Amino acid sequence: MSVLQALDVGLALLVFAVAAWTVFAPGPFAATVGYVVYGLLLSLVWIRLFAVDVALTEAAIGSGVTGVLLIGAAARLRGAETTPAEEALTGLTRLFAAGLCLLVAAALAAVVLLLPDQGPTLAPQSMERLPETGLGNPVTAVLIAFRSFDTMLEKVVLVLGVVGVWSLAADRYWGGAPGEARAERPEPTLAFFAQMLAPIGILVGVHVFWVGADEPGGAFQGGAILAAMWMIVMMARLTEAPQASAFWLRLALIAGPAVFLAAGVAGAVVAGGFFAYPPGLAKPLILFIETFMTFTIAVTLPMLVAGPPRREPRR
Amino acid sequence: MSSATLAGLVGAALVGLGLYGVIADPQPLRKILAFNLIGSGVFLVFGIVARKGAAAGLSADPVPQAMVITGIVVAFAASALAVALTLRLFEETGRATLRPDAGTKPPGDGAVAE
Repeated sequence: MSVLQALDVGLALLVFAVAAWTVFAPGPFAATVGYVVYGLLLSLVWIRLFAVDVALTEAAIGSGVTGVLLIGAAARLRGAETTPAEEALTGLTRLFAAGLCLLVAAALAAVVLLLPDQGPTLAPQSMERLPETGLGNPVTAVLIAFRSFDTMLEKVVLVLGVVGVWSLAADRYWGGAPGEARAERPEPTLAFFAQMLAPIGILVGVHVFWVGADEPGGAFQGGAILAAMWMIVMMARLTEAPQASAFWLRLALIAGPAVFLAAGVAGAVVAGGFFAYPPGLAKPLILFIETFMTFTIAVTLPMLVAGPPRREPRR
Repeated sequence: MSSATLAGLVGAALVGLGLYGVIADPQPLRKILAFNLIGSGVFLVFGIVARKGAAAGLSADPVPQAMVITGIVVAFAASALAVALTLRLFEETGRATLRPDAGTKPPGDGAVAE
């Protein structure tokens, strides 16, 4: 067994063990912290599958932003942690559940083992048409050019998510701001950390977005890093979340999908197909769309984490 | 066994683990966590389909990769909505339980004192 194979087996065992911890850990808080570790380990697995773009997304969104969301929720749910005895499942039900889950896992494992060595693939087609987009990263080309309708609709899902979360606000907080107010005296350690990290993080986020055209990276990954920076500054209470009724915020939330859709409709008129890009103009157009998408992701993710408005609106 | 097959088997095991968590743990937050485990297991199984579709000088098929990236973002949006629902339930009833007959506090507007 080579070193790399040994590392693979070790990584697989580690991912499985941490996943088991998130299911069986004694308290929700411990389980949530386990989940963040799990996400980071999983991004290493993605690197071993040569899917660096996915690894970046998993680390930034799957582990990072989801981690903040879940840890915040676990902290606020303290006091509801213990399971009342009457809600716990009986031993027999647990046994049946375990049997069912083993069956599902075994069936999936069999499918994995029976997959042909060379599966059906769209890689040749992607590479063949890649020069027409002017991009160097085939994953970005699939996201923004070949399957652009998917990506646009996914932005719409994010906006719907924000609408859903905001709809859960209590009546008197309607249109108000989520999260904590700006602190008179921010906690010094957190404030120092946020002030040091945010400028560097913004630079990294913009860089990851920009290189995404040719290297691993792109709107999702860059936008998630930018979102994390805004979240850190809000957590340090150097600034506060905007009011849900703010016009600029609503504009920012829909800017990405709106520009994307407008470009798609324009393609129907100019380039002869819905979401078609005119030849030669594809790359600048793609970067233009991606810029707005990155901005929208950077605004949407913190709003989803911040939750429904919890302060009365200022008039 | 190749590293891709190994990752696929991990994905299968994660789906099983997550499914058990969704069924067996009554707490909503734990169910959300377990549901995310199922999701990442499915993504991983899809990831090895991408790896097995390596061709044209690429080490993995870009189409499944792009779909997994989209999936991760959508899974996050769904988790955020589920967490918001759980927290609202907790504020309303003082308990985070999915049992319909759970005790309720006197009805208010659900606002917590800050």
